[in-house]
Amino acid sequence: MSLHIKNGLVVAPAESAQRAADLYLQDGKIVGIDQAPAGFEAAHTIDAGGHWVMPGLVDCQARLRDPGQPEKANIESETLAAIRNGITTLCLPPDTQPPIDNSATVELIHHRNEMFGHKAHLYPIGALTRGLGGEQLSNMASLRDNGCIAFSNAKAPLANNLVQRRAMDYAAGQQSLVIIQPLDQDLLGNGCAHEGAVATRLGLPSIPEAAETAALAKDIELVAQTGARTHFGQLSCARSVDMIRRAKAKGLPISADCAIHQLFLTDHDIACFDSNMFTIPPLRSQSDRDALREGLADGTIDCLCSDHQPHEVDAKLKPFPSAEPGISGLDTLLPLALRLVEEGVLPLADLVAKLTLNPARILGLPGGNIEPGAAADLIIVDPEIHWICHAADFVSKGKNTAFEGWDFDGAVTHTIVAGTIVYQR
Amino acid sequence: MPDNLDLQLDDNGRLRHFLSIEGLNQAILTEILDTAESFTSVVDRTIKKVPILRGITVANLFFESSTRTRSTFELAEQRLSADILSLNVSTSATVKGESLLDTLQNLEAMQIDMFVIRHQDSGSAHFFAQHVRPGVSVLNAGDGQHEHPTQAMLDMYTIRHYKKDFSGLRVAIVGDILHSRVARSQIHALNLLNTAEIRVVAPRTLLPVATESLGVSVYEDLELGLKDVDVVIMLRLQKERMRGALLPSEKEYFRKYGLSQERLKLARPDAIVMHPGPANRGVEIESSVMDGNQSVILQQVSFGISVRMAVMAMIVGQSGASS
Repeated sequence: MSLHIKNGLVVAPAESAQRAADLYLQDGKIVGIDQAPAGFEAAHTIDAGGHWVMPGLVDCQARLRDPGQPEKANIESETLAAIRNGITTLCLPPDTQPPIDNSATVELIHHRNEMFGHKAHLYPIGALTRGLGGEQLSNMASLRDNGCIAFSNAKAPLANNLVQRRAMDYAAGQQSLVIIQPLDQDLLGNGCAHEGAVATRLGLPSIPEAAETAALAKDIELVAQTGARTHFGQLSCARSVDMIRRAKAKGLPISADCAIHQLFLTDHDIACFDSNMFTIPPLRSQSDRDALREGLADGTIDCLCSDHQPHEVDAKLKPFPSAEPGISGLDTLLPLALRLVEEGVLPLADLVAKLTLNPARILGLPGGNIEPGAAADLIIVDPEIHWICHAADFVSKGKNTAFEGWDFDGAVTHTIVAGTIVYQR
Repeated sequence: MPDNLDLQLDDNGRLRHFLSIEGLNQAILTEILDTAESFTSVVDRTIKKVPILRGITVANLFFESSTRTRSTFELAEQRLSADILSLNVSTSATVKGESLLDTLQNLEAMQIDMFVIRHQDSGSAHFFAQHVRPGVSVLNAGDGQHEHPTQAMLDMYTIRHYKKDFSGLRVAIVGDILHSRVARSQIHALNLLNTAEIRVVAPRTLLPVATESLGVSVYEDLELGLKDVDVVIMLRLQKERMRGALLPSEKEYFRKYGLSQERLKLARPDAIVMHPGPANRGVEIESSVMDGNQSVILQQVSFGISVRMAVMAMIVGQSGASS
C-alpha cells in the first residue's frame, strides 16, 4: 500500500511552523517529504489542499472500559470513536475489571483489539500493585515484557509511603516509567466538588487543593529519593503546576499532563448540580484553569489527554454526589485542543506536540512525528469545518459530555494508521 | 440545564416547586410569610381544615429520618385536606437497589401530584424536579448539606413575628455551618429580606471555605459574635463531628460555643433565641436558655405547620385561607 498526500499544510511537532509539503507513505512508514523516493508509485492520492496534515494523536490516558464494563463502553466502540476523532494511539490505565496486573489481561486487550478494534494502537499501562490493592508489587518485569509501557496504580491508593517508595525503586530498576495521579485519599474523602464558593453554596462535599498538592509534594520527594522516571497525570491545581515547574528546574526526571476539560471548565460550570461536570480531580477555579494554561504554554505541562471516562446513562442520572465521576472525552479532544490555538494559548505546532510527539517520547512509543522513516500514523484536519457538539452524535458509547452545545471549528477528514486509511469523512 | 429560578418559578413568576431559597425573590418570600399568617387562624380553629388540597395526593419521601419536619408536613397536608402517602424510603425500595429515578417513576404511576422529599444528597430535590412530569411539584424537605427551605421560612416567620422588620436586625447563626442545610437556606432568606447584618459563628473546622461569599460576616469568637444581636439561631451539633476530628470534645465545644445565660446577656436584652431542633442540651445550648423567656424554640415548631401549608397552597395556586 502506498499513499501520496498532496497539497497539505504539514504540522510537524518538532518544527516551529507548518509548511506546505507532500507526504509519501509506503509499507506503513513515511518514506518521503516534499520529494517522492525513487520509484515511488502511489496506489492512492489524497488531495489535502487547505487542510492540516499532522501526526495521529497519542492519548496518554483513556479508559475503554474493556475488559469488565461493557455497559459503559468497549474496545470496538471506543477505538472507532478514537480513529474518527484523529486519535491513533491510546494508553489504557490499569483499572479495568480485572485490572491490568497480569499478562493474560494484556493479551486479552490486544486480542480484542485485533478482533473487534478499528486499527488504533492500544498500549496498556500495567498495575503498580497486584489487583491495584496497594500492598504487593505487581509482576512488573513480566508485564513490561508483555507490552505494558508504564506502571500506575490509577486512582487506587497505595497502602503507605513504604510501598510507594519500593514500587518506584523497583520500576526504576527496570527502567520503567511510573505514572501517578496525585490524590490523597483522606483529603479526598467523599468530596465531589472543588473546595470553594460554589461547593459552599451548593452544600457539596468538597475536595481541597491539598488532596492533590500534598500528595504531589510527597511524590516529588520520592522521585528525588528513588530517581524513578515519573509522569504526573491529570493535574488540576495552580500550585501543582508550580511544584512541577520547580521540580523540573531541579532536573528531576518528571513530566506531566492535564485533562483537556480542565483547560475550559471551572467549578462554576456545575451550575445547578449538573452531574456531567462531576470529575475527579474536580473542576477547579478560574485561577487554576489559567495556571494550567500557562503551564501548558511554558512547557511545564508536557501533554494533553482526553482522560476519557465513558459512562452509561444511568451512571450520571443521579443526584450530583451519587453520580459517577468522569467525562467522555474522545470526541472532543481535538476540537477543544484547536480552540487553545484560536484563543492564543499556544501555537499550533506546539499544541500538536502536546498531543503527539511529547506523549510518544515520554511513554517510549513509536509515532507522534512526521519525518522520513516514522510510522505513517497521520491525520488530515479541515480547520474550516464548523460544527456543534451534541452528545447524541458522539461516536463513543459514552454520551456523558460536558460540552453539549459548544461550537467547534475543525474536524478530521482522514485518519491513517500504519499507512492505511482507516477513516475518511 | 435549567437553573434554580427557571425550575422553581413558572412563566408568571409563581411557585412551581419549592427547592431552595436561592433563586427566589423577596416578593415570593414575603408572600409565603403573609400566606402563612392567614393560615394561623385555621390552625387555631376547632375544625382545623381547609379544602385547598382536596383531591390532591402528596407523597412524603424521607430518605433520611426526621421527626419534626415530617410530622409538621403531614399535619400541614392534613389541614389542607390532601390525600397523603408517607414512605419511609430509607427502609424500603432504594435499600433493595432501586434507583432514585425508578422510585420516583413508580410513585408517579400512582398519580402523585406533589412530592415532599428529604434525601442525603445535595441537589436531590433539584434532581427530582428535573425529572417529574409537568404539573407535578417537588418540595425540598432537606437535601444533603444544601438547603432546607421550609425550615428557613418558618424561621423567618418566627423572626418577623417577634421583630416585625428585618432591615434593622442583627442575626447570629451559631454552630456547624459546614454541614448545615438550614444555615444555607437561612442565610439566603435573611439576605433576600434585607437583614442589616448576618453573622455566622463557628470554629474554623465547622465553617465552609469562602463562607463570606454567602453574604455574611464570620466570627470565630462567640462572645464577639453575640454582641448586640437581636436574634440568636443555634444549630445542632452532631455527635459524629467529634469522630471526624472536626472538634476535640463536646465539653470544649460547650465552653467555647455553648449558649449560656451569661453569654446571652451580650446580645440585646430583647434578643430571641431560636433552634431548628433537635437540640442537644448542654452541648450547644444550656437548658436554662432553652427553657428561658427569650427562647422561641417551641413557637418555631408550631409556625412550621402554617408555613408549610402556605408553600403548598401557593404551589397549587391558592394564596390564603380565605380563598
